[in-house]
Amino acid sequence: MSQVSSRPISRMILPYRREDAGAPPSLHADYRSTVLRAPRLAPLAIPATLTEVTGPDHAWARLMGPTMADLTVQHRGEPQGQRIVVAGLVLDEQARPVPDTVIEIWQANAAGRYIHSRDDWPAPLDPNFTGVGRVITDAEGRYRFVSIRPGAYPWGNHKNAWRPAHIHLSLLGPAFATRLVTQMYFPDDPLIEIDPIANAVPMPYRQRLVARFDIGTTVPNWALGYRFDIVLKGRDQTPFEEEHDDH
Amino acid sequence: MTTDLDALNTAPRLDNQDPTLFGQTPSQTVGPFFHYGLPWKGGADLVGRSDLGARPDLMPPEHFLLATSGVSGAPQGEVIEIAGGVYDGQGTPLNDVMVEIWHANAAGRYASDEDGREEVPLDPHFVGFGRGATDANGIWRFRTIRPGRVPGPGNTLQAPHIALSVLGRGLLKRLATRLYFADGEGNGDDPILALVPAERRDTLIARRRPDGVWWLDIVLQGENETVFFDL
Ligand SMILES: [Fe+3]
Repeated sequence: MSQVSSRPISRMILPYRREDAGAPPSLHADYRSTVLRAPRLAPLAIPATLTEVTGPDHAWARLMGPTMADLTVQHRGEPQGQRIVVAGLVLDEQARPVPDTVIEIWQANAAGRYIHSRDDWPAPLDPNFTGVGRVITDAEGRYRFVSIRPGAYPWGNHKNAWRPAHIHLSLLGPAFATRLVTQMYFPDDPLIEIDPIANAVPMPYRQRLVARFDIGTTVPNWALGYRFDIVLKGRDQTPFEEEHDDH
Repeated sequence: MTTDLDALNTAPRLDNQDPTLFGQTPSQTVGPFFHYGLPWKGGADLVGRSDLGARPDLMPPEHFLLATSGVSGAPQGEVIEIAGGVYDGQGTPLNDVMVEIWHANAAGRYASDEDGREEVPLDPHFVGFGRGATDANGIWRFRTIRPGRVPGPGNTLQAPHIALSVLGRGLLKRLATRLYFADGEGNGDDPILALVPAERRDTLIARRRPDGVWWLDIVLQGENETVFFDL
């Protein structure tokens, strides 16, 4: 029997999974800025609604403008530093590609300095390098961008604190629930092991943030290549709610 | 015998490409220097063409490469301004935080493939996603339209609300919360508000100030700590 309701008929909501064992805690005292900023109370688990499973798909150009996949051609001359290619896939937890999603990129220059007025340590700025980019995954979830390898930089967390070389990455994914901001690190960087931000992620999951040098991505006589796949929250197999129009 | 040197790769190791480690990419902080990389001009203005949301004061002008908002026309609905402070556990306002919003259009439909309710109209001039950095005084601010109601679990209807993400230096993970309106229709039986302990519900409810702005402070820690959601 069909039942007519004056309220909107709810559709099937397939919730996204909650965070897995690799997620950092909000409070990681070694990273001092978390001490006064991490919420004291545990986050409240809520069922997924339309709000959490929807997101601004297909609107990247309208929202953010065209892609900027080569960070080395944004100014008159070429930036200083080691040219690199970073390529990989954006996947969900079932290893299915996430197509048509935006990855926003920002990083320091080869000397480890950001083009930001609050970054004032005495390393040179590079007039030919801003360090901002944006790419969209293709139908197979692939992305690729060109940049220069960022330098390590000091910060005020503790005496003689240095951040390992890293590239900041921001992804919206298909839904409000899949929002992710992360950092990609480089292999064989000894600073990773003593960095409080990287180490907020428990081992061995910290290694998910370390790219792999890849000869196949490396372009002869031009740029070193790194592979970095990004895995977003996947959807649960079982629907949280069912349609109520059938009984 | 010689090696095919052209095809030689480095030895596999415990890194991003190791299949035994496959799983969600862990979150990391946006840090303090996101302003030239994320908040574009007009990112916090979903109804007009102002520069709201960006902080071009924090970098040389030739290095502000982010776009300007592509708002195409006036969306349907009541134009509103929402704003508030972001505070740490000592009540210090935070000028290095970024807030994002996501909400339905005035008719209560999300501009997303996942919301396939053809019976509720889309608005060609409204996406419903915005982003803005806090200003020098730790205040975030958006211009948008007041959202309509969307379904909740079962046959419930949610009260009008705006989903918020809070990102910043010292935040290892995005903090997700919601903004409801003090006079919102259906606040009393909203299925998500009902899950929030009564004494903490006020942390999600924006109040209209005399100047018309809907105000909601975000308190990261301590007394009156904002309710954040595990999605
Ligand atoms: Fe950084």
